[in-house]
Amino acid sequence: TLRLICTTTAVQRKNVGASGPEKYTEAFIKKQIEEFNLGKRHLANMMGEDPETFTQEDIDRAIAYLFPSGLFDKQARPLMKHPTEVFPEQRKIQWGEDGRPFHFLFYTGKQSYYSLMHETYEKLLNVQKHQDQLIAQDLPLQKEKRNLAGSRWLTKIELEEMLLEKVSDDDYSRFIQLLQKLVALPCADIEENYIRKFSKEVPVQLQKVVIEPLQYDERGVAFSTGEGSKRKTASATAVVYDNGTGKITVNGIDILHYFPVLQDREQLLFPFQFLGRTGKHDMVCTVSGGGRSAQAGAIRLASAKALRSFVTEKEVEFMRQAGLLTVDPRVKERKKPGQEGPRRKFTWKKR
Amino acid sequence: DDKLLTEPLSHPDFFNVKELFTLKDLFDARVHLGHKKGCRHRFMEPYIFGCRLDQDIIDLDQTMQHLQLALNFTAHVAYRGGIILFVSRKRQFCHLVESTARACGEYAHTRFWQGGLLTNAHVQFGPGVRLPDLLVFLSTLNNVFEPHVAIRDAAKMNIPTVGVVDTNCNPCLITYPVPGNDDSPAAVELYCKLFRMTIIRAKDKRRQSEAVEELR
Repeated sequence: TLRLICTTTAVQRKNVGASGPEKYTEAFIKKQIEEFNLGKRHLANMMGEDPETFTQEDIDRAIAYLFPSGLFDKQARPLMKHPTEVFPEQRKIQWGEDGRPFHFLFYTGKQSYYSLMHETYEKLLNVQKHQDQLIAQDLPLQKEKRNLAGSRWLTKIELEEMLLEKVSDDDYSRFIQLLQKLVALPCADIEENYIRKFSKEVPVQLQKVVIEPLQYDERGVAFSTGEGSKRKTASATAVVYDNGTGKITVNGIDILHYFPVLQDREQLLFPFQFLGRTGKHDMVCTVSGGGRSAQAGAIRLASAKALRSFVTEKEVEFMRQAGLLTVDPRVKERKKPGQEGPRRKFTWKKR
Repeated sequence: DDKLLTEPLSHPDFFNVKELFTLKDLFDARVHLGHKKGCRHRFMEPYIFGCRLDQDIIDLDQTMQHLQLALNFTAHVAYRGGIILFVSRKRQFCHLVESTARACGEYAHTRFWQGGLLTNAHVQFGPGVRLPDLLVFLSTLNNVFEPHVAIRDAAKMNIPTVGVVDTNCNPCLITYPVPGNDDSPAAVELYCKLFRMTIIRAKDKRRQSEAVEELR
């Protein structure tokens, strides 16, 4: 180290921020593990339990008993865990006693990332050599199509966790490009094990909505229920019966009396009209909450849900695309302070 | 221990690097081919034999001498357990140089050079880093055809340099320049082979001498 001459004390003060996060040597971590194990046995003796079968949960309970703390934040309370959980997994010092670094790419700064690139490029060269050999022997190149739809590459964060060092966006994109280049070659099957380390399977997420089967009541008439339909504070349940005349009852009252306005009655009829079954079904529904239009919308959704059981899958898809099966998410927007309504501001006065 | 260190210095060619290569090897590996006349650097003129059809030809006699000196120096550094860092910014030979370094047990840097690697090492790596004792350049220019930053940094940090200088390079700050082609794969493979053989030879000799000393 250099000896500082003609400098102020401010310069000689240790720059705590520049040195980065504290690095732990392997010997330090080993000592911490020994101390932890010894402390665990002492704790077990103190609590009167068997030191051999003293689990982490027992430790937590013992610490909570011996050092009761009323602090709100769980992470601020006294803690006794295995050192590997306490000290973040990070790079221990990278060079030996004589000063020589362990890794041959240490002086690049990003040793694990560049060694990964080196290995991947080596696999690429191997595949190309194998390809050349096959061409020289006039053998056909294997062309089995890998299933690309069900897999994705590792994300940047997952790669950072794997390499234990920061990876920039450019570096990550370069790595993915190299992998894609490797996969694109015809004889890439040789290195499949290596490629599998960096690809993950995406589980096919098909939210299959289960269409309930038809139920039969005492007279033998098929019926089905549409439940839990909401529209702007109104909730409705509808029971649709087969072999009917098109009669609709709401809360025990006929729709002509319950919904005097034509618009609401049209809303109720829309699912039946869409499927072309206007005169074939009877409906009995209950509705509460909301206003006139909201109740109409809720019953429409409930009847559409009920009709799914009577109808083929294709027609269910048509109904879904028509918007009959989607819950309307629109609700009344709240009023904000400093404004008259949700959007309306107070009148602006020039003076 | 003193004897181990002083004994190789008394011989002019303790590790016998002259037998590793001949003029014919250099010619077959196309080391004498330089760039076109327009790319010629002013300071490379002493090393150029002549110009044929606008292409510069490097004087292989001078190359032989310089290469012997350079290999001898690397052998001595490797014998004393020094850290050797291979630097090259040529994308074609990145993998080759890294594999050579790994085979020798030394270090390589063929990627983007971060500004403070040598000059700001204590902040970048941590307190107590050991800097390389020798830099070996397989290509002195970077991807923009400018002199590599590591030459200037090594000169600042008093680290000796060995470098293969082509006709468009500046041999000024390099301690052991080796005029020669740095673009042909054959030439670069020859250099890698030579450096690898010298370093392995020097390390083996060190281990032998230590074993002999221990037996006494």
